Amino acid sequence: MDVPVIFEKSVPGRRGIRLPAADVPEVPLEEVLGRDFVRTSKLNLPEVSEMDAVRHYTRLSTLNYGLDTGFYPLGSCTMKYNPKVNEAIAALPGFADIHPLQPDSTVQGMLQVMKELEDALAEISGMDAVTLQPAAGAHGELTGILIIRAYLLAQGQHRTTVLVPDSAHGTNPATAAMAGFQVKIVPSNNRGDVDVDKLRQMVNEETAGLMLTNPNTLGLFEEDILEIADIVHKAGGLLYYDGANANAIMGKVRPGDMGFDVVHLNLHKTFSTPHGGGGPGSGPVGVKSRLEPFLPVPRIAGSPDHYQWNYDRPQSIGKVRSFYGNPGVLVRAYAYLKSHGSAGLKEVSETAVLNANYLLHLLKDIYETPFDRPVKHEFVLSLKDQKKRGAKALDVAKRLIDYGVYPPTVYFPLVVEEAMMVEPTETESKETLDMFAQAMREINGEIDAAPDVLHEAPHHTVVGRLDETLAARHPVLTYFQEGSRAQTGQEGNI
Amino acid sequence: MRYIPHTDADRQAMLEALNIDSVDALFSDIPEAARLHRPLRLFEPLSEMELQQQFFRLAAKNLSVDQAVSFLGGGFYDRFIPAAIAQLVERGEFLTAYTPYQPELSQGTLAAIFEFQTMIAGLSGMYAAQASMYDGASAVGEAAFLALAHTRRPVIVMSSTLLPDSQQVVRTYVSARHGEVLTVSSVQELEQVLASRPVAGVIWQYPDVWGHVQSLPRAVELAHQYGALAVVSSDPVALALLRPPGEFGADVVVGEGQPLGNHLNYGGPAFGYFAVTEALVRKMPGRLVGQTLDHQGRRGFVLTLQAREQHIRREKATSNICSNHSLNALQATIYMALLGPAGLREVASLSVNKAHYLARRLEEAGLSRMGSEEPFLYEFAVKVPGSVAQLNQHLLSKGILGGYDMGRWSDQWEGYWQLAVTEKRTKGEMDMLVNEVKRWMSR
Repeated sequence: MDVPVIFEKSVPGRRGIRLPAADVPEVPLEEVLGRDFVRTSKLNLPEVSEMDAVRHYTRLSTLNYGLDTGFYPLGSCTMKYNPKVNEAIAALPGFADIHPLQPDSTVQGMLQVMKELEDALAEISGMDAVTLQPAAGAHGELTGILIIRAYLLAQGQHRTTVLVPDSAHGTNPATAAMAGFQVKIVPSNNRGDVDVDKLRQMVNEETAGLMLTNPNTLGLFEEDILEIADIVHKAGGLLYYDGANANAIMGKVRPGDMGFDVVHLNLHKTFSTPHGGGGPGSGPVGVKSRLEPFLPVPRIAGSPDHYQWNYDRPQSIGKVRSFYGNPGVLVRAYAYLKSHGSAGLKEVSETAVLNANYLLHLLKDIYETPFDRPVKHEFVLSLKDQKKRGAKALDVAKRLIDYGVYPPTVYFPLVVEEAMMVEPTETESKETLDMFAQAMREINGEIDAAPDVLHEAPHHTVVGRLDETLAARHPVLTYFQEGSRAQTGQEGNI
Repeated sequence: MRYIPHTDADRQAMLEALNIDSVDALFSDIPEAARLHRPLRLFEPLSEMELQQQFFRLAAKNLSVDQAVSFLGGGFYDRFIPAAIAQLVERGEFLTAYTPYQPELSQGTLAAIFEFQTMIAGLSGMYAAQASMYDGASAVGEAAFLALAHTRRPVIVMSSTLLPDSQQVVRTYVSARHGEVLTVSSVQELEQVLASRPVAGVIWQYPDVWGHVQSLPRAVELAHQYGALAVVSSDPVALALLRPPGEFGADVVVGEGQPLGNHLNYGGPAFGYFAVTEALVRKMPGRLVGQTLDHQGRRGFVLTLQAREQHIRREKATSNICSNHSLNALQATIYMALLGPAGLREVASLSVNKAHYLARRLEEAGLSRMGSEEPFLYEFAVKVPGSVAQLNQHLLSKGILGGYDMGRWSDQWEGYWQLAVTEKRTKGEMDMLVNEVKRWMSR
């Protein structure tokens, strides 16, 4: 059966929501707007009853797999449990139904949440000041790199290059390029760390900074971090911390103490706000005090008696989005912090690391691990051997779906052949980890016994593997586009 | 801790399997000099009951629009949100899913994005739309990037009547690319600038910050005449009644999506939308969903044209955007499905009727509308005799969140008061506003 689309349930004249009758005289639109500005083309929205819509989107939800459905060991994404109480709190009208242009005096509770969250994130990351404005991790990266640029320019330095390790998230080089920098790639050494000697050769008076994730995307802690920081700083550059992997280090080590000057944190990873099928997230940026003047406007000022927004910041990089960020996400993250406290956060990171090492231990006799070291919150396997035997990382991933789990990240990081990146998080139990390891063992056995079972997986989903080449060659991006229904022979009631 | 399931016995068994005594052994590779040797200076953990109580108190310190009568707009509007939306988007399968990288387990998200793309393309009169941006302002910023990259020209020209936050984001973004931003306050000025230098893109707002619409066709025409892309930022609800920018020839249409079924959330999260002509599909930032088939010929959906994106192209990507505002776009999709064409038109036209009533009553009271010869929909600005701040202070004491004091955006707009009227406002509330304005004026 085809995956359903709401337009195919449309019946002319059917209505869902109705609105109250007008209590003022009606305005003749053509008279008011003039002929040229009145819409004459039809609005191609579906015409359905409320129950039609409810059933359709309930049905669509059942075609999805969320954390609430089951284990989601997606490397680099920190798919930890999203507490329900945080949803209830964020939905309170006092948070959800306040307008961004309201006077500061009418939003003191929200400003208090935001200020206290800024302070808590500064303490966790070892930074002096935090902006909550960036809407996501990559947006935080852009903000952070623009701050570095503005800081250097204020020192009279026109540095043009940003260094990025070959194991970095794709957003790092994309961000540096978006911010107008040349990107140079620093190779990893055979321990999976940044090659310090190469780095030393690469830095020069053009170097604006180095973007680094620590632990890195291989799940490994960059042991030479202090030396790396020293090399970059001595060359006059700054160190940027990609906080995507911060779930490994809370209460153990802080980016600020490792020598980082700028950091972003992903509240939708480390601080448990739900990912929503691709956002919204939130990517606050913390900086050392010398960079504070360059943070985006506005900044929260005042004291607990009365907080207010301060726009008078002449050295600021400006704004990176409207208003103040994603306060609806910030409230959830602050509730998460409040429910954990300092001891709780440390236990989160310790358990995330324990879970990853335990799971790696269960898997490493059958799946190759490219670097035999303790890992942090995640690990990367190389399925080279499995590929030789006839099943690629993608086949194993798809077969895992039949075992009821969401597949780990595959083919990333790029420095590992046939990579599979597993991040269990601290909220998963020992039984779940044992179950996953058992599934991975059974699948490894199937490669030799029944390889087609893997090649044709998954077997029980609403659709099987989809033709991505077809999608890209003849992109059908809207329902009413020519060729959309023709491909399936379906006719909708429009 | 509350969300960690491990018993002492579990922990012990796991440590034994790893052949270590303590979890500290797993952190031994962190250099001693960098380690934190004290507890984080945070707070004591709260139980769920205490947490709820604390946050109820914090929420109570804010004045919600449900407790007041709000006339605030500026891209965010106090619109009616049907109850079914929250019930549906809070389903864990939507709420707690990641970006749909595994299509077989993500058809719900992917199909909804495909519907969203269809609805937005239709509303804006464009060929295609992508899956969502963070907000309207960053969508405008990304549109400026697209124009710079597409035309390989260095200058962006924007209208001074573009929403102020969008203007600021364009300045931040374009400076990142070492480009130049110029502001014009009329189509005459626009023509002068276009004639004087190579311009990549012209950014116009429709309706603009005054609620005006009439300059758009000429701005688009001029942009094209001089080889620039025409970028238009629009409130999507307005497009239910207005001729869509695509029909005037816009190349890129973007906007703030909050009015489509999203809560105000003190400015976020809502979402931005981004729609383009067929020629620019491969230049779009962010996620894009396309239709395809599986091996049995069943229709399904996948992320497509990913060669534009950061996880494939890295430093050559069209944008660094990764997480966007998918759940907010889902809210908008369900909103549009529940309302349908007649419902969305009704939302907009009710707002128009009410706004025109209010504008007339205010004019009768002696507050003239900015550009009184220009048509408007449901947002407009009037000149206040005296301090807008003091007027708003007076209204707040009566439980009214008055319009926005535009002088806070720009000195040139000192004394102007921007009012938005949605379907939620009643004649009684508007009469109350007018009476309080009159009372304040005769103080």
